[in-house]
Amino acid sequence: MTSTTGSAPTSPAAKAGRNEVLYFALRNTKLLIGAVVFTIFLLGAIFGPMLATHEPMTFDAPPGMPPSADYWFGTTLFGQDVFSQFVNGLRSSFIVGTLAGFTAAIIGMFIGFFAGYRGGFVDEVLNMLTNVVLVIPTFAVLLVVAAYLSVRGLGTEAAFIGLTSWPWAARAIRAQTFSLTSRDFVGMARLNGESTLRIIFGEIAPNMSSYLVMTFILLFGGAILTAATLDFIGLGPTDSISLGLMMNYSVMNAALQLGMWWWFVPPGLAITAIVGSLYVMNVGLDEVFNPKLRAL
Amino acid sequence: MLRYLARKLFIYLLTFIVAVTIDWAIPRFMPGNPVDALVSRIALMPDANAALTSYFMAAFNLDQPLWQQYLNFWSALFHGDLGRSIMLFPTPVTTLIGRALPYTLGLLLPSILLSWYVGNVVGALAARRKLLDNSVLPLGYLLTATPYMWLGILLAWVLGSTLGWFPLAFGYDQSLKVEWSWQFLGSLLYHWVLPFASLFMVALGGWAIGMRNMIIYELESDYANYLMALGAPQRLVRKYAFRNAMLPQITGLALQLGAVVGGALVTEIVFSYPGLGWLVLSGIQNQDYFVIQGVFLFIIVGVLLANLIVDIVYVIVDPRTRVGLQGDAA
Repeated sequence: MTSTTGSAPTSPAAKAGRNEVLYFALRNTKLLIGAVVFTIFLLGAIFGPMLATHEPMTFDAPPGMPPSADYWFGTTLFGQDVFSQFVNGLRSSFIVGTLAGFTAAIIGMFIGFFAGYRGGFVDEVLNMLTNVVLVIPTFAVLLVVAAYLSVRGLGTEAAFIGLTSWPWAARAIRAQTFSLTSRDFVGMARLNGESTLRIIFGEIAPNMSSYLVMTFILLFGGAILTAATLDFIGLGPTDSISLGLMMNYSVMNAALQLGMWWWFVPPGLAITAIVGSLYVMNVGLDEVFNPKLRAL
Repeated sequence: MLRYLARKLFIYLLTFIVAVTIDWAIPRFMPGNPVDALVSRIALMPDANAALTSYFMAAFNLDQPLWQQYLNFWSALFHGDLGRSIMLFPTPVTTLIGRALPYTLGLLLPSILLSWYVGNVVGALAARRKLLDNSVLPLGYLLTATPYMWLGILLAWVLGSTLGWFPLAFGYDQSLKVEWSWQFLGSLLYHWVLPFASLFMVALGGWAIGMRNMIIYELESDYANYLMALGAPQRLVRKYAFRNAMLPQITGLALQLGAVVGGALVTEIVFSYPGLGWLVLSGIQNQDYFVIQGVFLFIIVGVLLANLIVDIVYVIVDPRTRVGLQGDAA
């Protein structure tokens, strides 16, 4: 890959693999826009709760106030600070997304790698398992499980979402592994007598690392959406505020009829922006990693 | 072809058994005991609790060995018995579901099919047309990233509350009698518009993006290049690309069903629409476990049936599955 412009004195695209990725990453508008939006919300989740001057769940503010200097995002019908609820909910969203995304990615990678590399009977069994979980409407399963748990935390919610959202990832990774397994360098490693684990994590996984990163991003975004939906039905964590729960409270308490937009617009907007930025970043990453898609 | 369908059927059967087993196992192996919850809700004198507990244990056959309970569960299921609602005792759960189901189906079927169709057409038009693509792609990503309930909330707020064009809640005008009159049907349709529109719009984005990407991929394939080299008109090449790009979209339809059903449930909650979502919500709020479990089973059966229909359509559309060549991996 040679430099396309030549005008830039540092045109480093040809230098080394990593620099090349960076070179294209910094010139990809989709990736940059997505990353900026994502970072803004991430910073809000990390530092927002420190900035909040009020507790999220206490009723110490004047009720139903539009945004003002004292209450940046206004207050709820019961006199809670919306800004404080928002940043704390944002934090929960990121925590659930990360935990659930990791759980699903690990399960998906494990199943995908072994099914794709081993083939045969292992593949048949794992494929069957994947198909069953894929067909089950997992949201309905989450509904029943969560309904029976009277005390739920962020961790349990993330675990359940992770345990049910891996199938498509497993399928995609399996297909990739399958095509890599027939390559010569894997055959060489096999001839050298390397162990299955070593081949999978030393030879196969690094060759699809970009793919794995993108899979994780999609799992992360999907988990945030699922968590918001569960929270909205009232099956989210019982011990903390979340963006979904904010929307639930606002709808259940006639915020729509009263026109209290500051109560329900921020939580949904944040989720849309975070998940949307992840999707756009993914497209950008695809263009960075895949030379065929680079349009410079 | 038969082998393809048989394989799919086997998976659906297995899924059904797994789902029913989950439905049976969750109340029995979860921490906390629904019977205790039920007894404490009735809240009698302390010494009456023990008697009541043993009564309920016997009434729900919870004192029998587990394998016997499991068989009983299946037998009840095949007799169409999903238990009785606690909040609306003694209405059978099946009656409640039967009442709610038409509303949910009335929302789901049109929004799934229409969004799929419109999304495919829009996506195919957007592919390789710079101007349209630049608007369709960002909008599509924005729509797929939107939580179902939030779009519903926004529509209800802007079109319902602020502008007053559409009703904010319920499945029909509450002052009307439920009957087959034009007035009632009109009210039904009027209340249906907003929940339908929000489901339709969220689902639309994903289909448009999927189709756009597939078409671009197909237009770069050998057969498309060959056709163009022969001087075939653009329209013809695009037509073939569209037909090929359709196949993954059909598979995608089956995969998306679960998510759309989840979306319909929360959309109903936003609009207080009297479908399954609203039923589940009141079940959760009243700890009416039979209702939750019954709705769960209904959703599973519905999604499996829909999957089967999609598979049959796939066999009709993709000739490779008929002659036994490998079409879509099962």
